[in-house]
Amino acid sequence: MTALLRRPEMAIAALIFVVCFGGWELIIWLLDVPPIVLPAPSDIVESMIDMLGTASFAWHLGVTLYEILVGFAVGAFAGLFFGCLIGRFPLLEKSLYPYLVAFQTVPKVALAPLVVIWFGFGVGSKIVITAIISFFPILANTIAGLRATPADQIELLLAFTATRWQIFWKVQMPQALPYIMVGVDVALMMAVIGAIVGEFVSAKAGLGFLMLQKNFSMDMAGVFAILIVLSAIGVILHLAVQALRRHFIFWLDTQKSHSLETSAQ
Amino acid sequence: MPDTSQPASVPAAESGRQPTIAIRRLTKIYPTADGHEITALANVDLDIANGEFVTVVGPSGCGKTTLLKILAGIMRRSSGSVLLNGAPIERPSREVGVVFQQPILLPWRTVLSNMLLPVELQRRDRQAHLDRARQYLALAGLTGFEDKYPHELSGGMQQRVGIGRALVHDPAVLLMDEPFGALDAMTRDTMNIELLRIWDESRKTVLLITHSIAEAVLLADRVIVMSPRPGRIVEVVPVKLPRPRTLDMINSEAFGHYVRAIRRHFGGSHS
Repeated sequence: MTALLRRPEMAIAALIFVVCFGGWELIIWLLDVPPIVLPAPSDIVESMIDMLGTASFAWHLGVTLYEILVGFAVGAFAGLFFGCLIGRFPLLEKSLYPYLVAFQTVPKVALAPLVVIWFGFGVGSKIVITAIISFFPILANTIAGLRATPADQIELLLAFTATRWQIFWKVQMPQALPYIMVGVDVALMMAVIGAIVGEFVSAKAGLGFLMLQKNFSMDMAGVFAILIVLSAIGVILHLAVQALRRHFIFWLDTQKSHSLETSAQ
Repeated sequence: MPDTSQPASVPAAESGRQPTIAIRRLTKIYPTADGHEITALANVDLDIANGEFVTVVGPSGCGKTTLLKILAGIMRRSSGSVLLNGAPIERPSREVGVVFQQPILLPWRTVLSNMLLPVELQRRDRQAHLDRARQYLALAGLTGFEDKYPHELSGGMQQRVGIGRALVHDPAVLLMDEPFGALDAMTRDTMNIELLRIWDESRKTVLLITHSIAEAVLLADRVIVMSPRPGRIVEVVPVKLPRPRTLDMINSEAFGHYVRAIRRHFGGSHS
């Protein structure tokens, strides 16, 4: 009880949870809403427990995670590489960036049907979509981060006879890291969307595929259960990025990184 | 009574020897955003002898920092010549150490790693310089802080690391731009005495910019007095106080005379 008094927000959060889901359960029971319209929380939990134990769920989960992580890795690496290139050579920025911005305004999920036609119905096309989606946040944040180096730090390194490359590696890159981490965070969230949308368009496996299947068979509780799994994936990835950030950017005060995060979204 | 009537343009380096720094008719003109031009420095002539400690005082905007940046090789001059050991300064030199107004420590590097930055950038032997770095840490009272990060240090401690960083590669010339400006008066006094001790041991050629007339007199062999924009040298005051200097000297008659001689250029508003 004393613990609750010390952290009242925990008690309030728990209360909100109980009221929302209790209310949901109650409304379904009172109004007798059919499960194919809206399943009760208890149905969802039951469906979730059933699903988690099956081998096919593990297979679909594995496929989607593979698409997210491989696609993200490819997109992040490319975004970092081109971001560094553009940030390091101002001429490239001026000549290349307009095209990148133009391409960035294309809604990437709208490319999914095309990509599926080009790269097939398998895992490959989802990796391509996820990579394209992950590419831009990391590219844009890398370029912004490389630009953010305080002028006095560059002047300091110049005064000590640093070369352009030394300035790049020893000041610009570390200064860009907080920005790049924000890009990674955003890119990972969007990578989840990319993989699912790719699977919606056409797939033989994956959580998006499984969700469509359950949708067609009117298993609404199953659809909700997969939604919860998808947001759990997002939360875990986000927490992993936060842990990485704390480890690598230990020197940046939390307030500053917080304002970075909010301004990037 | 000290002689303060020396004309501004006469270089005071010992005759017959090449000055470490030779500045002739140095002019710097900045273009402004609205198409005008600002003359930051106008026809500055100055020689600094090897091992000499020179301080520059002047009001804000008199081009002191511009002068230092040109000497450091990080800013281009508009006209005139600037020589370091007889060679024109076109780019930063390995023989120069610079201390800026702010410590500018890299926050992701430890104290020791920040100090060794010039060694790293200039690809000097790290092992050989490690002892020097530790020696300056000890001198600055920072033994035991090697592995701390800058944010764990006070402002005064950070600036001491910045000074150690400028000295670690044993440069012949030390350029300092209001290095103690951000510190409180007490810390500032201590740092001045420390700096004098380091200089006494190593006899580097030092050019130090300051707002404080007392600091300028306490440290210098010669005080260069500059006018507001366009910056030019209005007087060179040789300080003939005995060395080693002590804080007690600030209260002496001779010290007061130097301070008054310099202050009359600023209408008495500066301390």
